[in-house]
This record gives sequence, C-alpha cells and structure tokens, in this order.
Amino acid sequence: MGVRKTIKEINVKIQQGKAVVVTAEELIPLAAAEGAEEAARQVDVVTTGTFGPMCSSGAFFNLGHTTPRMRFSRVYLNGVNAYTGIAAVDVFLGATEIPETDPANKNFPGEFNYGGAHVIEDLLGGKEVYLEATSYGTDCYPRKKVESWITLDDINEAYLFNPRNCYQNYNVAVNLSNKAIYTYMGILKGDLGNANYCSAGQLSPLLKDPYFKTVGIGTRVFLGGGTGYVAWHGTQHNPCVQHSDLGAPRTPAGTLALIGDLKQMEARWIRGISYLGYGVSMQVGVGVPIPILDAEVLAWAALRDEDLTAPIVDYSEGYPQGIPGNLGEVSYADLKSGEIEIQGKRVPTASLSSYPRAREIAETLKGWILAGDFLLTEPVQPLPGADSGIKSKPLKIKGK
Amino acid sequence: MMQKKIVLFFPSTVVEQPFIYHLIKDYRWMVNLLKAAINPRKEGRMVLEVTCTEEDYQRGVEYLQSSGVSITHLEQEIVWVEERCTQCGACAVICPTKALAVERPSMRITFDDSKCIVCEHCLKACPARAVEARF
Repeated sequence: MGVRKTIKEINVKIQQGKAVVVTAEELIPLAAAEGAEEAARQVDVVTTGTFGPMCSSGAFFNLGHTTPRMRFSRVYLNGVNAYTGIAAVDVFLGATEIPETDPANKNFPGEFNYGGAHVIEDLLGGKEVYLEATSYGTDCYPRKKVESWITLDDINEAYLFNPRNCYQNYNVAVNLSNKAIYTYMGILKGDLGNANYCSAGQLSPLLKDPYFKTVGIGTRVFLGGGTGYVAWHGTQHNPCVQHSDLGAPRTPAGTLALIGDLKQMEARWIRGISYLGYGVSMQVGVGVPIPILDAEVLAWAALRDEDLTAPIVDYSEGYPQGIPGNLGEVSYADLKSGEIEIQGKRVPTASLSSYPRAREIAETLKGWILAGDFLLTEPVQPLPGADSGIKSKPLKIKGK
Repeated sequence: MMQKKIVLFFPSTVVEQPFIYHLIKDYRWMVNLLKAAINPRKEGRMVLEVTCTEEDYQRGVEYLQSSGVSITHLEQEIVWVEERCTQCGACAVICPTKALAVERPSMRITFDDSKCIVCEHCLKACPARAVEARF
C-alpha cells in the first residue's frame, strides 16, 4: 500500500510544527536518493515559485465617495486610464494600460516607460498617485469633476485580480528574420541572435502539478508577497495539450486566475516593467504549495529542468501570423546553460522570468508554512484538466 | 602605459582623413574602437579606448586638435542599480561585451563595469529599468 495523505492531515502536521516542507528545488536530490514512494512518505509539502511578466493582471479599487457624490465615468491615475464601467467609485486598473499621451510605437520602438503596472507598484511603494476623475452628473451623483492625490491607505478595497497568471510552460522565442524585432518576449536579434524563454522550469508552479491534482479553485497561494487565492482557471487555459512521458506539458498549457489583497503585498513582488517596442507589463511573484498526497504527486513535483521542455517558436513570422508548428523542443536545463542549438547554430539564451526570485518565493512560502502561518486549502473545485476537452478557439471574423 | 576612453568629434570638412591610421602608425596609439558614426561629408563621432605612453598620448592629442578634431573624455558610465534589478536575463543576452552577465548556477545578474563599452543597449533592454547612464 503506497503513501496516502490528505490535506487535512497535512494541515494538522503544519499546526503541530511537524510538517516537512521543502522547495521544489530541494525535493529533486531527495527524490533521486530516496525514490518517489519513500520521499512521499517523508515530505508533506513542496513549495514552488515564479516571478515573471504576467500581462493579464490588474487591480480593482474602491476609491471612496466624494461630497457631493460622484459617479466616476473617466478616471486617470498618474495619467493612466482606469476602467469605470462598473459601480460609482469602483475602477479596474489594468497592468498594461498606458497613458493616452504616450507616443506608443509612433517613435518605433516605443519605450513604454510608465503604465498601469507602474501605478500599482507606486501605490505599493507608499507613493502618492494623482487622481483625476470626471463624470456626466446624475441626480444621485451630481459632482462632475475631482482631482486629488491618493495613497494605497486612502483607497478602501484594493485587490489584485489577474485573469491569467502562472502559465504552465511557455514558448522559447527566436527571430528567423534578418533584423531585430521587439516583442513581449523582449528584444529578439535577427538571424537567431538570441532565444528568450519565460518559465522558472523546475520551480514553476503548474509544471510541478501538471494534471492539476492538487491546485484548484480556492487554493491559497503566495501572491505578490501576500496571500492570494486561485479564483478560477485563467484565460487561455489550455489543458488538453500533449504531455511528455514523464507527465509535463510540452507547450504552453494551463493558467490561473488569481486574486489577492493588494494591501498585503510588497512592491518587491509586483513590479511595473517596460518592453521596448511592445508595451508595459507587470512582473508578478506567485508561489503555490503542493501537498504531497501520494508518490505520483511527488514524482511530478520532483521533475527536473532536464525533464521539462519548451517549444522554440519564431516570433518574426510563425507567432504573429499564427502559423502552427515550432523549431523543435529544448529542455530548461539547456536553456539555463546559456546556449542552445537551433538549426545548427549556437544561440545564446535569456530568461525573462527571474529564477533567483522564483527561488526566493519558494523559500518564503516554505518559511510561512513551517511557521504555521499558512495552512493549505482543499480546492473548492478542480481546474479543467487534460480530459476536459477544452480547446482554445481563434476569433472568427464575420461580416453581416 | 596609460589607458583612456575618449570621444572624438570630426567636423564634416575633415571626416574623410585617415586619422586612426596616423594615430596608430605615427603616435603609437593602441586603439580599440568602441563606437563609430562616420559618414562621408558629414560630422562624425567615434568612441575609442587608447593605450599608449603619456607622451605619445599628448602628441596624438595635439595632432588631432591641430587637424580640427575635438576630444572629450568619456565620462558617461553605465550604472547597474542592483536593488531595482529583478534578476531576469534580458540585459545579459543583449550586452555585446558580457559586462552584464548571468552567473551560473545561481542565475543571478552580475555587472563588471571594466568590460562596459557604454553602448547603452542595456538601457532599453532592461524591463525593470535597472540600468542607468550617468554623466
């Protein structure tokens, strides 16, 4: 009879200070030495982490009512437009929003030095942000204009709601054309000048739970330095892709929609960033605990960079034109070595996801669990899995 | 022997003269060209690293100045602001001299300013804007 544990039993151990918690990196040599069954007996929780650009992020704010009252219909925070098509003083600030005055790519490649993600980082850094709001005025909300300086403390509710984070695996981006291109995967030099990837590999949350056996809706996670939750499966969640013999998805697959109290977070883990010629994005720190329920869960959590592969995709034509296929697959171990071979050429690699920060998140989450401050949660509902039949549909362009 | 990084400005009237040839041959300058923008009949700019004796350096400078080339010391420097760096690798793959590099296996970014040629490619390649040019 193999090892079987429940989340409830693991939580009792955490509360008693008896749980054995290791990071996904620390698990690898342990699993190799002891075997999955014995390692599963010894280890209760494995912590993962990732810190990378996650464009599909943003924050909801309730900015508080003015006197007389006002129904915000246009809101700018440090010049960045926030969405107001919800209740009176509720707004959503998207991470990638840029000021209307930003020249964007009119002077190509645009610099995109400031946007929604930077506003969120500034608020987390305790800075005052300039608020401008206008309205059309109603009987119940007569005020039409307000300007003020606000801090995170002045805002009522402030929570991050990220529709798509934590991609389970991602493309390695290269450029087959003969001139540099500017993408959300960074600057790609022509003629296979570099290969940029974006995953923490052996520390990446969803690569270590490839069939979503433990993570689900309601799972408590490390989000931006505070506590967050899995709200739903993320947009473009695509769980029915091919998996390797060891279980890992070979292409971008699952995603998570995450929610968490911004007031608990830290600017260190939520960063506004700028991609030349592309736009603004947000680096988000996420850590997901994996309860070791059995040897199978452990074996997945122990997958190494050598076992995990990513597809190499051309971003000069293949990606923008939606041409299926790739230029081969490469392991995260090779990607991390600094050089890979593509079409017979040695190509230097760069990660857009920060491995040192991913490691720090996994360590921090481990510390929280060991201290008894962070209990694991039973998923309220599982995420759609490999048997869900979900298929990402392209947009059909129709005329009437 | 001394080593200096300097910037030469060529007015359009002299831009087609072979200054580098004379600096190497007649003044024994060991020249490492870091950056050059030279176009026929237009003003030119060149950033170079010179290694030579103090005496040869002075002679070379006099030669350049008497020919209408102006010289300034390269005082711009690239500063890596470690606390703003989020330790991805976007800069390292763009840096032509490996001044910005990834240390393995820690995957942490390091900066060796002695290798930096102030090409400024990193300024815009860094998503977190953790690299700055200072004058």
